[in-house]
Formats: sequence, C-alpha cells, structure tokens
Amino acid sequence: MTVDITLSVNGATRTGSPEARKTLADFLRDDLNLTGTHLGCEHGVCGACTVIVDGRAVRSCLMLAVQAAGSEVTTVEGLAPDGELGTLQQAMWDSHSFQCGFCTPGFVMQATAFLRAHPDADEQQIREALSGNICRCTGYQSIIDGVLLAVERARQS
Amino acid sequence: MKLPPVEYEAPTTVAEAVDLLAEHTDEASVLAGGQSLIPLLALRLAHPAVLIDINGIDELSGVSATNGWVAIGATTREYVAEESGTLADAVPLLAAALPLIGHEAIRNRGTIGGSLAHADPAAELPAVARALDAEFVVRGQSGERIIPAAGWFEGYLTTSRGPDELLVEVRFPAAGPGTGISFQEVARRHGDFAIVGLAASLTLTGGTISDARLAFAGMSDVPVRAGGAEDLLVGEAPSAELFDEAARRATDDMDPPADLHGSSDYRKKVAAALVRRGLRAAADNAYERQ
Repeated sequence: MTVDITLSVNGATRTGSPEARKTLADFLRDDLNLTGTHLGCEHGVCGACTVIVDGRAVRSCLMLAVQAAGSEVTTVEGLAPDGELGTLQQAMWDSHSFQCGFCTPGFVMQATAFLRAHPDADEQQIREALSGNICRCTGYQSIIDGVLLAVERARQS
Repeated sequence: MKLPPVEYEAPTTVAEAVDLLAEHTDEASVLAGGQSLIPLLALRLAHPAVLIDINGIDELSGVSATNGWVAIGATTREYVAEESGTLADAVPLLAAALPLIGHEAIRNRGTIGGSLAHADPAAELPAVARALDAEFVVRGQSGERIIPAAGWFEGYLTTSRGPDELLVEVRFPAAGPGTGISFQEVARRHGDFAIVGLAASLTLTGGTISDARLAFAGMSDVPVRAGGAEDLLVGEAPSAELFDEAARRATDDMDPPADLHGSSDYRKKVAAALVRRGLRAAADNAYERQ
C-alpha cells in the first residue's frame, strides 16, 4: 500500500507516495534523489542515516516516510545550499575528521543538532552526543577534534 | 534489510486505535516511537500484517502529576520526559534512568510506553517501573484495566497486555521526603543496553531505612526485584556491612543469562557490585533530601 505525503525537505515542499513500509531514509534517497543520507546497518545501530526532523536528530532508517508527513526534514544537502561549508563542516574538514566518508553525513547531522542545543559543549559532552554513531576509519579522535574546533570558532566569531 | 510489505493505519483517537486492534488482534503491531519495532521488522523478527501508528493520537502524549502520582502518556517521547521538570522532581529514579536509554537520536523518537510495552529485560525503564511498582493503564473495547508492574512483565518481550488492548498511560508514584535513588548500569559503551542495570530507591526515616526497592535489568527474561535484600534492609541503619550483605542476598540465588558480553558468573559479580554502589549512592541521596 502507498500513502500520499507532503513534507518540507531542506526548506522546499516535497510530495510523494511512498509505500507504507518505506523508511524515511529510502524515501530521501530513492524518491527525492537526496543520496547524501547514507544507510549503513538499516536497523538503528550505526547512525549513518541521521537527519534532523523538526529540529531534532533522528535515525531516518527507524522512521517511516509516512511518519514524516507534515514535518520539516533537514539532510546533509541542506547544510550548505550555496556550496559554502558551514562552521562545523569547515572545522571538520580542517581537522581531517573523516577518511572514507561513509559515516560523515550521520556524524555531521548529529553534531549539527547537538551544537544547536549545546553551543558551548565540552569534549565529554561531545563524545557522549556522538556515541551513537559508528566510524570504522578514524578512531573518532579527529571527529571529536573537528567538533571542538567548531565550538571554538563559533565562540570567537 | 528493507522492511517487509505491511498495511498501515494511523488512528487519531484511542477509540479508533482500540477498534483497529480488536479487528486485527495478533496480526497487528502498535507502532509508537519505532526504535525497537522497526529493527524487528528489518531483521524479520516481527511479521505484522498491519502497523497501527499511534503517534497521531494527541491524547496519548504528556506528563501530569496528581495525588502523589505522575501519569505519563504512552507516546510521550523519552526526550520530553527527560526535559520534564515535573518528572525530575517527583520521580527522580525515572529521571536518572532516562539519559541512559540508547542515544540522543533514539530518545528523540523513542517513547515511554513503547519501551515498557516492548519489555526488553535489559532496558532501563522496565527496571524502574518494577522498582517503583508503576501502574499500567490499558484500554480495550471492553474498557480500561490497571495492571501493576508485578503483573505486567510476563517474559522476554512479553507483557500481560491483551492483543486487543492498547497501553495508554503509565503511572509512577511520586517520591516522598527522605527517599534517595540511584540508577546504576554497566554497559560496553554509553547508550548500549546494560550488561546489568540496577534501579535502587531507599527511604530513610530518622536514620533508619523504612522502604527499600531494588530491581535489576539484564539478570533474567524480565526485570526482577531483589525481595530478600529489600527485607533485610528495612528497619536497619545504612552501613557498608549492611550493603555488603544486601548485595549477597540480592544475587546469591540468581541465575542470570550468559551472552558474548558476559558469562552468568560475571553478571552476578557485576550485579553485587551495583547493589553496593547503588545503595551507597541512594543513601547519600536520601540524606540530602531529608
């Protein structure tokens, strides 16, 4: 069965008729062609598919597309609409936060939502906030460094 | 994996949801926050023909305090409960357990009722509900029933909710003066399921323990109370020796499960350590609140 939905994605109104069983992640990737959102485990463990729904980070593989009807969704594509990196993205770039890049959108979206709520976060808080995202390349240190650098730069500006 | 094909219903009132449950009973799964159910679907461990999504039922969400009880609507999201001042004041044990559930993104969708209806024995909320003797309010076509926590958890992922009933609310008793709490757990990483968890509550009246509550997560196929240890504690003054003896009594006749995270023996040792730690922390907390 399919369900007609209307939602806002990265500021634009989008409509679709996903199957009821289709996750928000697959809807974003397959129906809206927003393939910046990555799917790792598809059962809520790895965090790669994290997007922001109505201001809060959620796992788009654990939410049905039909459940996002009427919501405001932000994906990694919505962070730099003009092609210019934001403070967090630039800080992570400068810190060599990522290697292969598969987990990147999940970490960036989780950190984006977290820093909005906790702009002065310390290292321990950042580690806890990112503890639900898995990276198999970096050992995490460079990711934490990137988020800390973003906090520092935001404080100075 | 992708989810299997499934029909989808989104009622907007409890009455509608109850009618749908009566129509589909065993064929239906109730979808709340989805943080446990969607993985079960993805892994083909659940095969419902119909999902009844209750997120659109406004009357099921909210936290309210009346007559010494705090009532939490079934679809109240865990982050909402975590941010509730009412809950932090009245049910501090629950407030202490909430931040330990999964990760932030999980708590942003996960619900209080969903976790308690899913009834994972290693999860935090079932242990808290069992420790505090929470009450579960379920509604079916024949009306409403109130089920005490002692009768709610029947087995691994199994509760006494009938297939045609909907969990609508969970009620927790408010902590009185002199009640101190602690939630302890050992997990591989922050946010992982506890290898062992402990919900502890002690009430001190004039330097003597007048009420003691200890409930374990991860030690059985349901959350379990340590009744023998509780009986030992009541009437005594807090001391390190007393807490050592309570830890022994709480764990001596336990036969916890073994898995790749820990053997049965290891779980018993961790549980005893958590009892000592939890009682010490709860007693300190009780002195502060006296």
